[in-house]
Amino acid sequence: MKILNYLFLQLCCLSIGFAQQTPAPQQKEAFTIVGATAHIGDGTVIKNSAIIVDQGKIVACVDATTTKIPYRGQIINAEKKHVYPGFIAPNSTLGLQEIDAVRATDDTRELGEMLPHIRSLIAYNSESKIVESMRPNGVLIGQITPRGGTISGTSSIVQFDAWNWEDAAIKIDEGIHMNWPRIFKRGRWWMGEDSDLKPNKNYAEEVDKIQKFVSESKAYLEGNKTIINLPYEAMKGLYDGSQTLYIHANSEKSIMDAVMFTQKNNISRRVIVGGYEAYKVADLLKANHIGVLAQRVHKTPELDDDHYDYPYKLAKILVDKGVLVGLETSGQMERMNSRNLPFYAGTVAAHGLDKEEALKLITSNTAKLLGIDKQLGTLEAGKAATLFISEGDALDMRTNIISRAFINGRNISLETHQTKLWKRYEQKYNKN
Amino acid sequence: MIKKSLFLILVLCSSILSAQEHFPKNDGVKSRNTNLTAFTNAQIYVAPSQSISKGTLLIQNGKVVASGTSIPIPPDAVIIDLKGKHIYPSIIDVYSAFGVEKPKPSNHSRTPKYNPSREGFYWNDHIRPEQNAIDYFKFDDISAKTLRKAGFGVVNTHLQDGIIRGTGALIALTDKGGDSERILNPRSGQYSSLNKSVKSHQAYPSSILGSLALLRQVDYDADWYAKSELKTTDRALEAYNANKNLVQFIAAGSRLNNIRVNKVGKDVGIEYVILGGGDEFERITDIKKTNATYIIPVNFPKPYDVEHPFLAETLELSQLREWNQKPANPRIMAENNITFAFTSNGLKSPEMLTKNIRKAIEYGLDKNQAYEALTLIPAKILKQYHTIGSLKNGAFANFLITSGHPFDKETTIYENWIKGNKHILESMTIKDIRGAYSFTIDEVTYDLNIKGEIAQPKAILKSDDNKLDAKLYYKDKWLSLTFTANDTTKQNYIRFVSRVDSNQNLTGKIIHSNGSETAITITKKIDNPNTKNQNTANDNARASVKTIQAITYPNSAYGFSQMPQQETLLFKNATVWTNESDGILANTDVLIKNGKISKIGKQLSDHNAKVIDATGKHLTAGIIDEHSHIATSSVNEGGQNSSAEVSIEDVINPEDINIYRNLAGGVTSIQILHGSANPIGGRSAVIKLKWGASAEDLIYDNSPKFIKFALGENVKQSNRQSYNRFPQTRMGVEQLYIDYFTRAKEYETRKKSGLPYRKDTEMEVLVEVLNGERFISCHSYVQSEINMLMKVADQFDFSVNTFTHILEGYKVADKMKAHGAGGSTFSDWWAYKYEVNDAIPYNAAIMHNAGVTVAINSDDAEMSRRLNQEAAKAIKYGGVSEADAWKFITLNPAKLLHVDHRVGSIKVGKDADIVLWNGHPMSIYTKAEKTIIEGVTYFDIERDQQMRSAIKKEKNTLIGMMLQAKNKGQKTQPIIKQKKHHMHCDTMDDKNH
Repeated sequence: MKILNYLFLQLCCLSIGFAQQTPAPQQKEAFTIVGATAHIGDGTVIKNSAIIVDQGKIVACVDATTTKIPYRGQIINAEKKHVYPGFIAPNSTLGLQEIDAVRATDDTRELGEMLPHIRSLIAYNSESKIVESMRPNGVLIGQITPRGGTISGTSSIVQFDAWNWEDAAIKIDEGIHMNWPRIFKRGRWWMGEDSDLKPNKNYAEEVDKIQKFVSESKAYLEGNKTIINLPYEAMKGLYDGSQTLYIHANSEKSIMDAVMFTQKNNISRRVIVGGYEAYKVADLLKANHIGVLAQRVHKTPELDDDHYDYPYKLAKILVDKGVLVGLETSGQMERMNSRNLPFYAGTVAAHGLDKEEALKLITSNTAKLLGIDKQLGTLEAGKAATLFISEGDALDMRTNIISRAFINGRNISLETHQTKLWKRYEQKYNKN
Repeated sequence: MIKKSLFLILVLCSSILSAQEHFPKNDGVKSRNTNLTAFTNAQIYVAPSQSISKGTLLIQNGKVVASGTSIPIPPDAVIIDLKGKHIYPSIIDVYSAFGVEKPKPSNHSRTPKYNPSREGFYWNDHIRPEQNAIDYFKFDDISAKTLRKAGFGVVNTHLQDGIIRGTGALIALTDKGGDSERILNPRSGQYSSLNKSVKSHQAYPSSILGSLALLRQVDYDADWYAKSELKTTDRALEAYNANKNLVQFIAAGSRLNNIRVNKVGKDVGIEYVILGGGDEFERITDIKKTNATYIIPVNFPKPYDVEHPFLAETLELSQLREWNQKPANPRIMAENNITFAFTSNGLKSPEMLTKNIRKAIEYGLDKNQAYEALTLIPAKILKQYHTIGSLKNGAFANFLITSGHPFDKETTIYENWIKGNKHILESMTIKDIRGAYSFTIDEVTYDLNIKGEIAQPKAILKSDDNKLDAKLYYKDKWLSLTFTANDTTKQNYIRFVSRVDSNQNLTGKIIHSNGSETAITITKKIDNPNTKNQNTANDNARASVKTIQAITYPNSAYGFSQMPQQETLLFKNATVWTNESDGILANTDVLIKNGKISKIGKQLSDHNAKVIDATGKHLTAGIIDEHSHIATSSVNEGGQNSSAEVSIEDVINPEDINIYRNLAGGVTSIQILHGSANPIGGRSAVIKLKWGASAEDLIYDNSPKFIKFALGENVKQSNRQSYNRFPQTRMGVEQLYIDYFTRAKEYETRKKSGLPYRKDTEMEVLVEVLNGERFISCHSYVQSEINMLMKVADQFDFSVNTFTHILEGYKVADKMKAHGAGGSTFSDWWAYKYEVNDAIPYNAAIMHNAGVTVAINSDDAEMSRRLNQEAAKAIKYGGVSEADAWKFITLNPAKLLHVDHRVGSIKVGKDADIVLWNGHPMSIYTKAEKTIIEGVTYFDIERDQQMRSAIKKEKNTLIGMMLQAKNKGQKTQPIIKQKKHHMHCDTMDDKNH
């Protein structure tokens, strides 16, 4: 009986999974967005802009009052409106789980410790109802990241309007995620221990396990590989510089140890994810060109003693110290909450960072950290036309009202499961 | 003459009594010692503050016969000369588990148990008044010896298991005469606690909420059991009634719990003696208000090992302060005239007791008061004032023979007499060899200093200012000293042995390293310098009591050392969001006075007002969160499918840092709701966020009454491994409500009929709901169940006040409007459960447009501090106007909570609960600058900055002190990062609460 219930639940989940909007077709004609305030994403603004888009790319983004470049195709009048590059949600599990409480929908974490061979992309559900709900808020790109283990697996970058994961992929297997050992561990309460956090006695041992895995995989890769080892194979990109190592670490000590570890092992492309105490080692990070994907802004401070606004201003502190910072969204209800990414940036601005600098935290900075800054992250000629038009300031919820959004120049739907229900019931009551 | 005859009568009385005893004896002739024993020339402390110099104490048959300076010593008395020695009443541990083994936990099972495991007892396994400690008692020789060594004569023991634990027993710790001698009172009191029995896994109560409610209900049930002519037998309630007149002890264990259990006691007419937590000083005024007698543990924390800076940084200010301040707790309690006894309960060993009390004395506790807390006070608590705790005539001969005050550092306790039985701890004939000596061997002069306790002295040996390795053994009149010769490079050991017959020079022989022997006399230069210094040291100590860091309210980061006061404030030139027909007023002044909004207008002035320039700023009513779980120690009582009997008001935690953080987000009032573990949850607390105030003062005066109901997955336990609690479906949920309301109606009919009835808090609460005196806030998600509850309410002729969460409210908004229910929802949460698949962020807008009173709530300590942003989402999702969206978090929740006559808008006469923002209150770029409740500024962004630097400074100071303590050789404890609770609807208490 229970099994039947379970099956039933699974079927339900599958059936609701099909409510996705139809992905937009390829851009056929050029268009030009005229008159909007263009927030370039690099810290600058063009008040009265002209953005020319053709064949999925931005041809030009210029000042309309002075430009001599001829507009192409359809003119989209966007006077008094604002245009932004599509926001990027890094370190995200979007599309890997649909309903938090339903285990059958969970594809976020695999079993095991060292899992670089685990690839998030193939489990990414491009038809997730949660993914489509990102678009009306301007979040158009995500780095789909597995959780679990010490080395969680390999992430890929996708865009949020696709038929399937192959269509969605922007950059495949671009990075490997590692959960650096924690300096505090919770007591095993189920064994009668206090559940308070105590210093992790096995820290050094846990770090050593990672070192061992790295050394062994390196040795393997140098050898003749008579027997193929999937996890070792998967580490190759870290050593040849083609992949980035994302190190999830929050404490000062962990971050320092992690940096030293990568130094020692010649892992050149590194990003710290989380970074609650990263400001304490900002100089080290800056000197080594290591950026930080700073943890969720809308979070309570760790300690009672911490400043109430510390999570709000962490990113600003790092920026002020010269570190390259992006914002990530992991945490409780992270998938559905990712649509609030623009408001995280807005909150950082409220707590002292310049608004256009704050915008960089979810556009160009993130693109740089993810290694996609050549094609995404700003409104610059030559980049993908992944952008949107908002009625007002997109970092403020009052004015983040999006009328048009484009991914690679494709005019994507802003309808969702939620807007459909909204319209249906508005209509129901209006009829009465 | 009169004295003499009185004395004779006493002697006669006691001999008559003993003459009556007759027991068979087969191992010899009957030989009882009825001799008197006289202790003479002693300093006798009949009570800690009543001392007799060079007095005589006369005892016989285990009791004190007389004491005084001119007591005639009868000829048949054995005389013990105690010249230079002291007699103190032995100490009492009023809260002990001595000789009663802690029961072993029953086997754990994965599925929760809802039914009791016993028959013929109360329905709840954790109510065990029928347990008598004496039935489990087995005299424990080893512990008794340790206790005697620490100075204990009597302990009051009980079975420390269960919420109601039955009776305890008062035990004398003598090793002679067997239990018949030892048991002073087999029913010394009844014991309770908030923790469940380990013998049963019955789920209820699963929280401190439930424990408090259960303590009350048991009392009502016992009362009914006694009065009614029930035909069933309940051995637990019978025992409870039989124990009712005994002293009632309860283990609370913390300042907050002390106040909570005291409140329960007041409700049921029990004056509890409360086992506290040693942290009473942090809320001393409230503790004093309880008027209760306390039993206080003296387990002072060790300093943290702060050498590792990374780890040390995770320590909270409150943890650091605890180490610094806790030893002052006894002094502060004493200063506030709170009656308290000490207990060794919670200490690793009873020996720690004296050590820690000594520390408390260093922090200013009076020595004699400390001694009273282990003698007179426990005796009074136990209502054994005439037999223990003092050496009054007729009291048990329980006393210590010592070299000084038992709490002085170098005091030796020689003997511990219990009921006239001698227990030797150290030989009394031992000579006090402490002092400074010098001697010469091979033309080298050595200086020997013997210090420490009389019986365990230590030697410090120097020669030419070189400190030498020296070991001293002193036992049974023989002393031996082994030391290295002055030339330490050679590692030659020299030994000295001496028989000690006086406390002057030491005569004996030296055994050189080569084996040769020489006779030697080591001459004493100064007699026991330590003792003399000690007295002055003590005097010095009294003069320089150790100070502690300032206590703040609450006693943690961002607490106030001085509570902020109500002020008359005039805000000039603000943009004022009135939430009234005036709408949003530009360039307007607002005067607040006596905690109320006094005037709104232009160019206002008031001579007494502090003027605040609010140009460019916005002034609004404080934010109200309809659905919060901050500021509470417990959220859910999930042990049953209905828990109307529990109340969050019982467990408010006024010290939760989230109160402060909410203030920083402009929140002034919240409803702390029970969780959603069951269809009928617990009662709410509607509070104002008066940071620093006590729990009681947070609650609204004449607070509206609320109860939490819940529907859907949580109450069906869909996401838990629990399959045996009704209901498991939404179908069952409906029937549960109908059942409970039907029973409540029957209850009311019976109550009104004048016939006797069993008082049932749960039913009382549901009757209030039926009569519209208590409002429901119902956790709800899908339309079917929302509709169902409204129909059930219709059937019983009341209405559902608020649907909270209500994520599918938009589907039945018209029905809600017709029913009169409000909707308090999330702005944009969804996808976390199956039942929130159709949750849409447009919900608030649709319900609002349909005429429903809409609020946006948090259910989350993080979101609650930026509810202004959440309200702003209603502008994005569904186009609600700014003025209306703002009401979603102010006036509308005030209406839903029935406090809109006091708060929710800026209107003359309403409470001055207001927020000054540095910009548009719903802009993401805006911050709250001042949050004011009733004219008191509880949050001020500038003061916050000052607090930050003060916290940093104080932490540094304390860490420095800890480093110093470690360097001085104090033992440390490893760093613990405190667990942070983020309470939500589904948060359960820890296993053992």
